Parts: sequence; C-alpha cells; structure tokens
Amino acid sequence: MLYFSKLRILFITLFSVLFILIASSNLFKFDDSFFNKKINLGLDLQGGSYLLLEIDNEPVIEQKLQNLTTTIRNYFKEKKIKINNIEIENQNIFFNVADNYKQSVLDVFQDENSDLNPYYPRFKSHQLEIEDTGLNFKVNFSRQGLIKLKNSSQDQAIEIVRRRVDEVGTNEPNILKRGNNRILVELPGLDDPMRIKSLLGKTANLTFRFVTSDESDRFGVEKLKFENDLEEAMVSKRIIISGENLLDAQPKMDTQTNQTIVSFTLDRVGAKRFGKATSTGIGKQLAIVLDGKIISAPVVRDTIASGSGQISGGFTFQTATDLALLLRSGALPAPLEIIEERTVGPDLGQDSINAGMIALAIGFMLVIIFMLVKYKIFGLITNVTLIVNLFILLGVLTLFEATLTLPGIAGIILTVGMAVDANVLIFERIKEELKNETNNILAFDGGYTKSRTAILDANITTLLAAIILFFMGSGPVKGFAVTLGVGIFTTLFSVYFIARLFTSIYVARNKNKEKLI
Amino acid sequence: MIAFNKYYNHFNLLSSVLIVVSLLLLIFKGLNFGIDFKGGTLIELRASDSKINVSSLRDRFSQMDLGDVSVKKFGNDTDFLVKFENKDNKKNIIEEIKANLDKSFGNNYDFRRVENVGPKVSAELLKSGVIAISLSLALMLIYIWIRFEWQFSLGAILALFHDVIVTLGVFSLFSLEINLSIIAAVLTIVGYSMNDTVVIFDRVRENLRKYSDIKIFELTNISINETLSRTIITSATTLLALLAIYFFGGEILKGFSLAMILGVVFGTYSSIYIANTVLVRLRVSQKTVLREDDQK
Repeated sequence: MLYFSKLRILFITLFSVLFILIASSNLFKFDDSFFNKKINLGLDLQGGSYLLLEIDNEPVIEQKLQNLTTTIRNYFKEKKIKINNIEIENQNIFFNVADNYKQSVLDVFQDENSDLNPYYPRFKSHQLEIEDTGLNFKVNFSRQGLIKLKNSSQDQAIEIVRRRVDEVGTNEPNILKRGNNRILVELPGLDDPMRIKSLLGKTANLTFRFVTSDESDRFGVEKLKFENDLEEAMVSKRIIISGENLLDAQPKMDTQTNQTIVSFTLDRVGAKRFGKATSTGIGKQLAIVLDGKIISAPVVRDTIASGSGQISGGFTFQTATDLALLLRSGALPAPLEIIEERTVGPDLGQDSINAGMIALAIGFMLVIIFMLVKYKIFGLITNVTLIVNLFILLGVLTLFEATLTLPGIAGIILTVGMAVDANVLIFERIKEELKNETNNILAFDGGYTKSRTAILDANITTLLAAIILFFMGSGPVKGFAVTLGVGIFTTLFSVYFIARLFTSIYVARNKNKEKLI
Repeated sequence: MIAFNKYYNHFNLLSSVLIVVSLLLLIFKGLNFGIDFKGGTLIELRASDSKINVSSLRDRFSQMDLGDVSVKKFGNDTDFLVKFENKDNKKNIIEEIKANLDKSFGNNYDFRRVENVGPKVSAELLKSGVIAISLSLALMLIYIWIRFEWQFSLGAILALFHDVIVTLGVFSLFSLEINLSIIAAVLTIVGYSMNDTVVIFDRVRENLRKYSDIKIFELTNISINETLSRTIITSATTLLALLAIYFFGGEILKGFSLAMILGVVFGTYSSIYIANTVLVRLRVSQKTVLREDDQK
C-alpha cells in the first residue's frame, strides 16, 4: 500500500509537529500553559537530597498498651469484675480474672459494639485480640489493630515532617508515604541535608517537670542526664506542661544576660497549670526535658501567670532557632530513623547532564552515520524518522512532566540505538523480497507485512522488561524504565507512520528502479 | 551463506563451559555488591588540592574507626570514591567525617555525592532486584510460550539464562560492582536477547512452514543467514549507542553500559548458537509447527 490519504498525512504531520512543539517548550518559554511544560529533572541531575525515614512504632505501641491497662482496669472496675495481676510483657497485656467472670470478660472483648475493643466491620476484625491461655488472659493488638495504629502514627508523623521541612524553607520538597511505616522526603536543590536531617532526627518531646529528691514521689521518679551528658538529676514523672501546650516559640536575645534563649507562649490550659505549679513550687528546680534529656533546670523564683516564659541552656543562635522550630512544629508521635539517604551536589548533577547530553549527541551521530552509509536514501529516511522520534519521545516525557534521570538519559540513547531495528527489519525484508519479485511496489509491500510479527514480538519483549523495571525499580532506575518504555511506542509510531510515509513516496517515484535499496 | 551450523557442537561446548565457569565464579567468588545491596556509605569527593590523594585520604579515613574503608580514584585525578560499611549505622557519620577531614585538608575538598543505605533497605533492594529478574524471565517464558511452540520457548529461555549468567559471571570475575543500575541493565539484556532470538525464531518457523524437505539442521542455518544482516546492523547500532554512553556518559553510567555491552554481545551470540541448537537437538520439524497450527 503506497497510498496515504491526505487525512492520514495531515494527522501524521500534526501529531509530529505537536510533540516537537511540546518538546521544544523545554528550551523556550511559551505563554500558553499547555505548551509551557517541562521535563522534571531527577535528584541525580539537578542535585538534591533523598531521605527515606522509618517510623519506630515500638514506643507508640508500648504507650498505647500502657494506656490500655488503665482503661481495662477502670472498665471492669465499673462492671464490678475484679482484674488481678495486670502487666505488660512483650507487647502483650496479661491479667487474671476469677473463673466465674471469664466468659463475661471474653464477651466484652468479642462484642461487635464493644466500646473497649473497637470493631472494624470492613476487615471483620477487632482492634484487640484476646486469648485465654488457661493461666490468664492475653490481650494484644490484632493485625488490623496494628495496621490502624501504624497508619495513624504515619499520618501524624508526615504532618510534622512536612511542617518542619516547610519551616526550613527549601524549594518544592516532595514528602510522600511509603508503605505504612515509612516517609520519603525529596529535597531538590539541597546539597547539604545536615540541618534537615538533625531536625527530622529529633522527636521533640518537650516536658516541664520538677526536680525532686523524694524517691517516694506519687508519680515515680527517673534519673535523667543533662544535654552535656555530664550531670544527672532525679526528675519526677509528673508532667506539668508538655509541648502540646505551646502556642508559639521563638529564638530571642536576652538583653540582660546577653544569652540566646527560646521564648514560648502557652495555651490557656498550659498557662493555668504553669501558673499553679510555679506558685506552689517557688524555690524548687523545674527541669525542661527534651527527648529524655534535661536542657536546663532553672530555680522557680516567681509565680509565672502570664502564660509565657523562656528556656535558656547555653544555646547558640542556630540551636535556639532549631529548638524553637521543633517546638512550633510539634512532637513526632514516634522516633524517626533515616534508613536511606542519597544526596547529589548540584555541580555533579550538572556534570551528569553534560555527560549525558554529549553521550546522546555522539551516540546519535554514530548511529546516523552508520545508517546513512549502510542504506543511503533509506538510511536518510531512517535518520529523519529517528530525529522526529527523539522529539516525540521528549514531547511525551514533557507532556506527562515525567522525571528525567541519568539512567533515563541512557534509556533515550539506547532507544536511539534500538529504534532503527524495526526499520532495519523492514528494509532487509524488502531486499529479500526483491530477490524473487521484480515489481518494486509488491516487494515493498511484502517487506512491510512480512516483517510485522517479528517487529511486534521484538518490541513486546523489550516493553515487558521495561514494565517490570518500572514497578520494581526505584528512583533513577524508574526513569530508565520510563524512557525505554515510552521509546518503544514512539519508535513504533515513527516507523509505521513517518518512515513509511517517506519510503512510500520514494518507492512510488522509483517504481522501476533497479536495486531499490 | 555462512555455515553457522558447522560449529553448533563446538559453540555448545563453549557455552556449557562458560556457564559452568560463571556458576562456579558466582558460587565461590560471589558478586561484588555495592552499597545498594550490601548497605553502607558512599562518598564521592572532589579535591581542589593536590595534597589530597588516595593515600592521604586512606590515611585519614583509617583513623576514623569506620571499619573497612575503600578509597579509589573515580574517573579523573581529583575525584575519589570512598566506601565503607557503616556497621553501627551511626547517625551523624557524614558530619563527623567532614569535621575530621576539615582538620587536615581545610576547605579544599567537596562532597559531590553521599549515599547511605541502611541494612534493612539494602536487603529489600536485593530482594526486589532478584524478584525483578526472576519475574522478567518468567514473563518472557510465558510470552514466548504463547507465541511459539514449547521447543522454541525452551531454546529462548536457555539463551536468556546463558546471557544473564555469563554476564554476571564476567562481573564476578573482574569484581565489578553490582548496584541498582546493573539490575536495570540485566533486565534490558533480557529484553534485548529475547528480541534477537524471537526475530530468528520467527524466520525459522516461517521457513518450517515453507519447506517440508529441509532438515532443521540446515533450516536453522538458512534462517540465521537470512536474518544475519539485520542481526549485525541492530547489534552494531545498539553497540554504538552503548559505547557512546560508556565513553562519554560519565563515571556513574560506566558499570551500566558495560553490562549492557556484554549483554548485547552475549545476546547476539546466544540467539545464533544456543536458541537454534536447542531446536536442532529437539528435532523440531514441519510437523511441530503444523500440529500447533491445526490446534489454533
């Protein structure tokens, strides 16, 4: 079939021009928002930091179980069922009940309308599982209960992470959930993630508690270290106010002592409690505890009823700024650990772009020269197709605002090398057909139809590999899968529409030429 | 016409030896896993002072109690790659190193790239890499099984295994680093090698239908020859593109492009000398293809 309808030619031309325009929007500025799209550069090309954080849920689970023991004890006290020996071990709550109450305890836990043990109808599961071990009852989180808990601590954590990163003010951070206990933070343009890392590494759990020497404190006492790791103090477990009571925190310069301090404002509840504690505790030391370490333990001299105060602790301006930031953005529900970090400096990114572009240019030239030498006119057609193909590929990537990575550039270069395959298959087939067929047009047609299955098979296999890479690969490798996969489609389009159009025109004009290819 | 079939036995023997040697290498020498799969820390450092060289860096790092530290030149004389295991997964390791290097080298160096992969993540990456390669082999098997008769599938899969194992064998032999991009390369090799095999198989099947009196031994040779110029041209252009990446694409893509170059070479070889010989050894005949056609 040599005949291309006018409509078809128009469609091919429009389609190609459209994508060439879209691709060129990476170089020029268009006013139109449709054209003014750009390929995103991956972190490996523009420089930046990739941090994968994992939430350590153990303390959250411990805390929840701790609260649950109190809830269970009170709940059954109200029902006049006596619970004995309640204790937590290995994330299980154990307790004893007299034999005649066993069934009613089980009933409470297994009731779908139980307010003690929420039921999730969607998953047909309770939050808690209860088991009668014979000796005692064993209560722990069910699978669904654990998932709910992890999801909710992830939700809280991502919010806090977002606030902290925003406060530092990096451009266009990308903060995403990964699984149910991880958070991915991408910070483009940031080549020294030290500050963000140290900010994200802190739980920022702030409490104000009295220093005590009385071992028999009703709430219990614990020995805590100071920030400098040298001194220690006994601190009551009773929390006067915590970070949740803070409305605002700012770094300030204390004009009297010439020290950097963090001043804070409390909410109504906090201000009331702080006022009461400072009025009864004059002369006592009030420890300011952050993540289990004492920042400072000033002596209470006056009642502070204004609901504002200040923390001093030998800060530099930087550490005071960071502490204020942490206090403003709130405490993480659980500690975060950075389990993967990849940082690329902007100059290495630029070097990679340059190297990638040079490799692309050289690879392209080599392939073009090779094809021209090998196939002459048909080589020229292939080369024109190849250039259009490259633009369409870039256009598609731009249209979807895909992320281009260094391996992605490699994928484009590889596409250039492999894109000629389909044309080669067709041309070689035409050559074979010409051996037995004197009619150029029939040979040309035969070449196209008979090579089709091989071309299809060959491209599907590569596409399968690209799809797997896309779903299994991470970061830069994903970029490779995208360019390789998209390249297959653009190649097939350019081979079957653009190259075919040109070759048809050529063959139609050289119907009787000997040695067509 | 080139008599490829004259050497079927020779090259089958060679391939068997290559596979056995590669497997032995993989079992006894193992692969040189990078931090992606082993966990640890990598620092790419650029120096602006000639005092900073491999030995002075090695000297400094050995005093920092980081365990086994490897310091290598990376590309040119001013770039270095430092790798260590970071066993305790220390939090502020990068800052500590910076402070330490500042003392001896001042401001005359720059960290261009820092990667830190925890043990949990590296184990997961390794697992997903193995899954990805296995999955791609399985998918190829299914695809070729749908498209061709089982004898062809067996031939194509044997060729694929050969390419993957021998490429990894070369990486083991020269202790080249296996990282995430190598997995991408291996997967692309799987796609490419399959591509190459399928084109020849397509022709073999076509010829099987056409000629009833030519033995498969002869027929595979005809098919290889008929598709030979395509095989050569496509391999050549792909290799040209890959060589451009290898020589001009920068240090980071070196391993990837090398793996791909090896894969393309092995892939082209295996489509001729493994995939086809399987058909010969399984005595594929016109009946094999026609029977299948009848069923369809």
